[in-house]
Amino acid sequence: MADDRRGDPAGEGAPTRELLSAADVTRTIARIAHQIIEKTAGTENVVLIGIPTRGAVLVRRLGAAIAEFAGTAPAVGVVDPTLYRDDLRRRPARALEDTDIPEGGLDDALVVLVDDVLMSGRTVRAALDALADHGRPRAVQLAVLVDRGHRELPIRADYVGKNVPTASDEQILVLLEETDGSDSVRLRRVGPEANPEESGRES
Amino acid sequence: MKHLLSVTDLDAAAATDLLDTSDRLKQALLGREVRKLPTLRGRTVITMFYENSTRTRVSFEVAGKWMSADTVNVSASGSSVSKGESLRDTSLTLSAMGADCVIVRHPASGAAHRMAAWSDRDHEATGTHTSIVNAGDGTHEHPTQALLDAATLRDRLGGIAGRRIAIVGDILHSRVARSNVFLLATLGADVVLVAPPTLLPVGVAEWPCRVSDSLDAELPALDAVMMLRVQAERMHGAFFPSAREYAIGYGLSAERAALLPEHAVVMHPGPMVRGMEIAPSVADSASSAVLAQVRNGVHVRMAVLYHLLAGAPA
Repeated sequence: MADDRRGDPAGEGAPTRELLSAADVTRTIARIAHQIIEKTAGTENVVLIGIPTRGAVLVRRLGAAIAEFAGTAPAVGVVDPTLYRDDLRRRPARALEDTDIPEGGLDDALVVLVDDVLMSGRTVRAALDALADHGRPRAVQLAVLVDRGHRELPIRADYVGKNVPTASDEQILVLLEETDGSDSVRLRRVGPEANPEESGRES
Repeated sequence: MKHLLSVTDLDAAAATDLLDTSDRLKQALLGREVRKLPTLRGRTVITMFYENSTRTRVSFEVAGKWMSADTVNVSASGSSVSKGESLRDTSLTLSAMGADCVIVRHPASGAAHRMAAWSDRDHEATGTHTSIVNAGDGTHEHPTQALLDAATLRDRLGGIAGRRIAIVGDILHSRVARSNVFLLATLGADVVLVAPPTLLPVGVAEWPCRVSDSLDAELPALDAVMMLRVQAERMHGAFFPSAREYAIGYGLSAERAALLPEHAVVMHPGPMVRGMEIAPSVADSASSAVLAQVRNGVHVRMAVLYHLLAGAPA
């Protein structure tokens, strides 16, 4: 699966180049936290929703950072968009991830969706549909650690950690301490023979 | 996974996968206004029941509808079956109509296996792709019941491996017992069957479980007890002297239930015959998981439909 390969930079034996170091990742998350506080004028009725798997890790860190800087902790949850994906029939049934909507629900909240990599926009589209079935947020914004381009839908992020222009035969690897042992964002060239379905991330 | 015919086709990893999917689907639907997922839009699920059923048929239908599949119910009475159509012809007819999945209950053991074989042959010949789900075949298997029981046990006990679970009553006629013994053993449980010798099947010694004829002796060490209905409709002989005598020997009375450890779970696949295999006060007690079983049934069946129908054809 794409996720597993992404967590295994040595998997293909292809060389990888570091785009963000561990310190950069921490700084980037802090910056996004400040931007969210600024743009949402405090954290009143803000709900952060992560998209599994690494978005679910990032959302907890982002929530902690906002709590530290703003003094109040935003509600934090997770939504698995798998059941809403448009490519389910293209591969064997995928394993589902956790869904956890915060106690207060999403009605009239300002929801910030959080994911690691934004690419095609299809995962975000699925997550938006999932959110709509859980309630009616006042507004939905999007925060991503890396925007690598290659959009296939009219979706853009409100908060971007780093814009990385990429070729389609390149892969962005987001490694986080909780899931991969240490923080790092890396770029890997998979080569033209790789299956485009599998390469990179269809976020 | 193309068909779900028998729990013996599932290893521990595959069974755990299904149970995890069921838990996640339950989470995804928790507290929602819109209890509908778009996952199986455009897929057709047909239930074909040659035997009476309330919970299984409705549970599959609800599961399909919550995932946006089109569900159609066929019952033997009122269909061409009553005009003498064979199982094979009915089965191929439903495939030809575009059924992506046929859920079948049939009084003959092995009916679902036969249908799966016809479906596979039909697939080679015409390219149609119909998954078969066994919703109970004679006295053979009822895999989704065992899966929902496992889901309930996991919820209540925090796990299945190493837990001691008794299945009590009419083992001979029970597809629920057979599926549960094999699935629970696969998942590492310590299973014991308690039944009068006349209601034990031939070959039970080969099953991955122990057999006992004293319920009282087993109760204090159990983590869960599963009571079975005495299937009078399948009994064409004298298996025990009287209902009263059965209840005295093998019924879960309030006094007997008191022998269970505090944490133990009381289960019944339903329909219950209150006063026979289970006392009303026990069936309605806090340790009874009967309605939790029904609730889990919908999620487990959603998980099965998800694994069979959501991905690319296997």
